[in-house]
Amino acid sequence: MTEVVGRALVLEEGLSLWGGMDPATGELIDAHHPQRGASLTGRILVMPSGRGSSSSASVLAESVRAGTAPAGIVLGEPDLILAIGAAVAEELYGIRVPVVVAPEVGAAMREGETVRIGHDGSVRRA
Amino acid sequence: MRLVVRAAEVSGAGGLIDITRAHVDSCLYHGQASLDFVARLADGGAAVSVPTTLNVGALDLIHPELNHGDAVTAERGRLLMDRYRALGAQPTFTCAPYQIADVRPSLGEQVAWGESNAICFCNSVLGARTNRYGDFIDIAAAITGRVPYAGLHRTDARRATLVLRLAADVPAALRDSDVLFPVLGIVLGRRAGSTVAAIEGLASGQSEDRLKALGAAAASSGSVAMVHVIGSTPEAPTLDAALQHQTPDRIELVHVRDLRQARDALTTEAGNELTAVSLGTPHASLVELERYAALLGDRRVHPEVECLISTGRDVLPAASERGILDRLREAGVELLVDTCSYIAPILRDPGGPVMTDSGKWAYYAPGNISARVVFGSADECINSAVAGRVVRDEGVWEEAS
Repeated sequence: MTEVVGRALVLEEGLSLWGGMDPATGELIDAHHPQRGASLTGRILVMPSGRGSSSSASVLAESVRAGTAPAGIVLGEPDLILAIGAAVAEELYGIRVPVVVAPEVGAAMREGETVRIGHDGSVRRA
Repeated sequence: MRLVVRAAEVSGAGGLIDITRAHVDSCLYHGQASLDFVARLADGGAAVSVPTTLNVGALDLIHPELNHGDAVTAERGRLLMDRYRALGAQPTFTCAPYQIADVRPSLGEQVAWGESNAICFCNSVLGARTNRYGDFIDIAAAITGRVPYAGLHRTDARRATLVLRLAADVPAALRDSDVLFPVLGIVLGRRAGSTVAAIEGLASGQSEDRLKALGAAAASSGSVAMVHVIGSTPEAPTLDAALQHQTPDRIELVHVRDLRQARDALTTEAGNELTAVSLGTPHASLVELERYAALLGDRRVHPEVECLISTGRDVLPAASERGILDRLREAGVELLVDTCSYIAPILRDPGGPVMTDSGKWAYYAPGNISARVVFGSADECINSAVAGRVVRDEGVWEEAS
């Protein structure tokens, strides 16, 4: 397993991927989210928590299949729904989207900076 | 089983426990990945090992003509629903399985439920125990009959650590109105995130329909999987019981201005125009259908407005027997089952403006189907459906200005 590198997309609020990301385009579509319109594709999604729908696991897996998924997800607290979505996507398509919990690194992260997620789940700001 | 073990790692559980039931959300089509996953299960010869209900799918199988989307996607949605049925799950296709008497778990029962509103209802109102299980892990739990012993399966994690107290400026009439509950739910989700909260300041013995609306909204604006409503939910006869006799981390007031703000934010359209009214999210109960019919009385829906109520197929027989279905249909209301109007191409003019009494529908529809939304009480919705334009009745909010 290799390291995952991408630019951080730092969300102030947690996002429910179902109802929050269009898996066909990778766009943030939650009308109530302050960062509506941002593209999640290829980014390291940094957010305090998951949110909302239990369908978010399917949306994550479908976005991996469609090539619109974030490159990795850094959370402030564990989220079973996203972790399982990523595990299924890896099982089905052999593509790994690491979902890691790193509250301190995540909180310090700035929009657009380069982030590396190691194969051991470590998160580093480059 | 690999998925259940992975879930145990994520949740830091020391072991697994048996469950008695599952409710599976994975049957709603989100793309090829949905079908690829269930095909993998079927190839491995999997079948559910505990009584398992299914959540909504992408299609109303009883009234397929209500789908206005493309035929290929509809067919794939139907195929996915069939595939889950073939694994041995019951074709309930409802987001409100707690309204089906013979599959409803009882106090203390360990289960694995998907669907955010059902999860919240299960823990809070039934006192049965589930974590927030998402797609894939829900069916994995149904097949293995096991889940990690972590989170809300454990008594200690069910303790309220946040107290939300209705402030003195919330008028009595608002406290006792249906419309308070979805709005308070939105506030709760924003304040609580994923923590267990206790709500203080409501009369005891609140109805299941009100608690359903509260939880559904809270699980949309936040990740609320359990809430104690003091005097109404089974693990909260008193605040002290909900706190498990400990001190809360936070006590916060909810003022009338917070409620107004949350209510106003659910409306994205300022005008009086209306193309549709969508009710029944989560799926309407028999009591709610009766109420909508009573609000309509002998009036009819305006010919230019599409008025839709989503409900479970399980509710249809009793509603039909009591003549409610006929009355609603005669008045021009369409009944939708097995799916919902914000996840499937049902509305003739999805852009709206669409009016709803559901906090959850109002929250998700702008993103999901690009609807412009007007949120209102059930009375306002029905009166607006009849008038053909948005009719407001500030009623319970008036004192609150």
